[in-house]
Amino acid sequence: MSGLFAALFSVFAWIGSIIDPLCGPVGVFRWFGSGTLLACGDAGWGDEIAYGFLVTASLAIATLPVGLVAGFFIALAKQSNERSLRLAANIYTTIFRGLPELLTLFIVYYGLQILVQQLLASVGYEGPVEINAFFAGMIALGLVFSAYCSEVLLSAFKAIPHGQYEAGDALGFHRGKTMRLIILPQLVRIALPGLGNLWMALLKDTALVSVVGLPDILRQTGVAARVTKHAFEFFGVACILFLILAMISSVVFSALERWTKRAEMSR
Amino acid sequence: MSITETMIPPQAPPPAPPRPYTLSRFIGSVTLGVWLALAVGIFLTVVNGWDPEKFSRYGPSFVSGLGVTLMLVISSIVMGAILSLPVAIGRMSKNKIWSWLAYAYVYFFRGTPLITQLFLVYYGLGSFRPQLEAMGLWWFFRDAWNCALFTFTLNTAAYQAEILRGAIQSVPRGQHEGAAALGLSQRVAFFKIILPQAMIVALRPYGNEIILMIKGSAIVAIVTVFDLMGETRRAFSRTFDYQMYVWAAALYLLMVELLRNVWALLEARLTRHLKR
Repeated sequence: MSGLFAALFSVFAWIGSIIDPLCGPVGVFRWFGSGTLLACGDAGWGDEIAYGFLVTASLAIATLPVGLVAGFFIALAKQSNERSLRLAANIYTTIFRGLPELLTLFIVYYGLQILVQQLLASVGYEGPVEINAFFAGMIALGLVFSAYCSEVLLSAFKAIPHGQYEAGDALGFHRGKTMRLIILPQLVRIALPGLGNLWMALLKDTALVSVVGLPDILRQTGVAARVTKHAFEFFGVACILFLILAMISSVVFSALERWTKRAEMSR
Repeated sequence: MSITETMIPPQAPPPAPPRPYTLSRFIGSVTLGVWLALAVGIFLTVVNGWDPEKFSRYGPSFVSGLGVTLMLVISSIVMGAILSLPVAIGRMSKNKIWSWLAYAYVYFFRGTPLITQLFLVYYGLGSFRPQLEAMGLWWFFRDAWNCALFTFTLNTAAYQAEILRGAIQSVPRGQHEGAAALGLSQRVAFFKIILPQAMIVALRPYGNEIILMIKGSAIVAIVTVFDLMGETRRAFSRTFDYQMYVWAAALYLLMVELLRNVWALLEARLTRHLKR
């Protein structure tokens, strides 16, 4: 079984190396960067930066579903009839919207480390514990994203008229089915512009995780800058890569928005 | 046939049915309990780990860090507001070159992380030291504080320009025409009629922008400016006391919540003529 997974993994890695936009056979750095500091392989920093690009993109993509699901349930809690639930959800958003993202990251990173250390010490393991920076970054960014996401979704919920729920009741739907078939499709349509902004913010916040040692775009370019003393060029490349990510996202989001509004357009 | 002589005596209403114990009530109680446990836990660790010596040693540095943060945020917001006016005007200009330049500026500063821009200025401009010395600007960019101020001003100017543009364009066209009908010059019409109305629309986004700047200013700690975050990191690296982060979190939360509430009051006061 593990052999199968290893084979699958190597196939995916091979496909990834083929379509790699930066250092693949048709990559930008491969074609235009050879002979410069951005060459791929041992000659330059192209492949390191390409790896950082991958890490940044995968961190943002891995955080998105976590934050979306958590934000959805927090938004539900905020419009609940139950006072205690509303209060708990409001405390959550107040805290995580008020704290700087960097501080949240540090609190999660060091806090988790201390927590795990104490847990392991209680079962008899005494030794240095290091939390994975990717994991800590995912949790910290997920906390922040879900807090903002719940606000966006809450205002989208408020934009859906009450009659829609009553229609679900009239059709004899269960509450879950009303939510899934009637409310959610409208919710996505209304909340998409706000979620797009949040995604952009998330993408930019991933750069902070480089501070706790995640080898993302900023970290890799920073190492390159320190070694080669060409700081301006490398941080400029980092900026351009983030701009490219932002452009790709805005294209994807405008396509998504068109797709969710396709019913309105045909009218 | 009977006639009732007496009325039915007043009766107490039936007792309210007991509130059903729903799932949401259960989850609400549990999550509130978790928050309460966290608060008590943090309080207890703070009380147990309370060290007057540590407090007298790091307390003043926290206060000075708070001052640095506030100073940085206030000065960059004010200078960014001044800089944002020409950018917003350029963004709305009919001249292709100006509007394109302003758009590129805004797109760059809003599309890249603040921390990358800060590194670009602080480390990147350091590699142009001879040229900067020749221009006589090196004394400015040598200092991390100045670099942070410069970057934050440029960054917030881009965001504020977009806020301003949105607000100005939200003022109905009839207001321009009304000003023209009164024979007011473009300048007077802009500053006396358009801008005041735009400012009311822009009030809430401005508040959000200030909050974002307060939160974003934490990253200057990485380029050796000792703001609140920087002092926290220094204290933590010397004591390995997790409490330091709790204190910093409390101070940041206090700042943001205070600003949010003050802003809500301000908005209620300034828009009271719009209430119906």
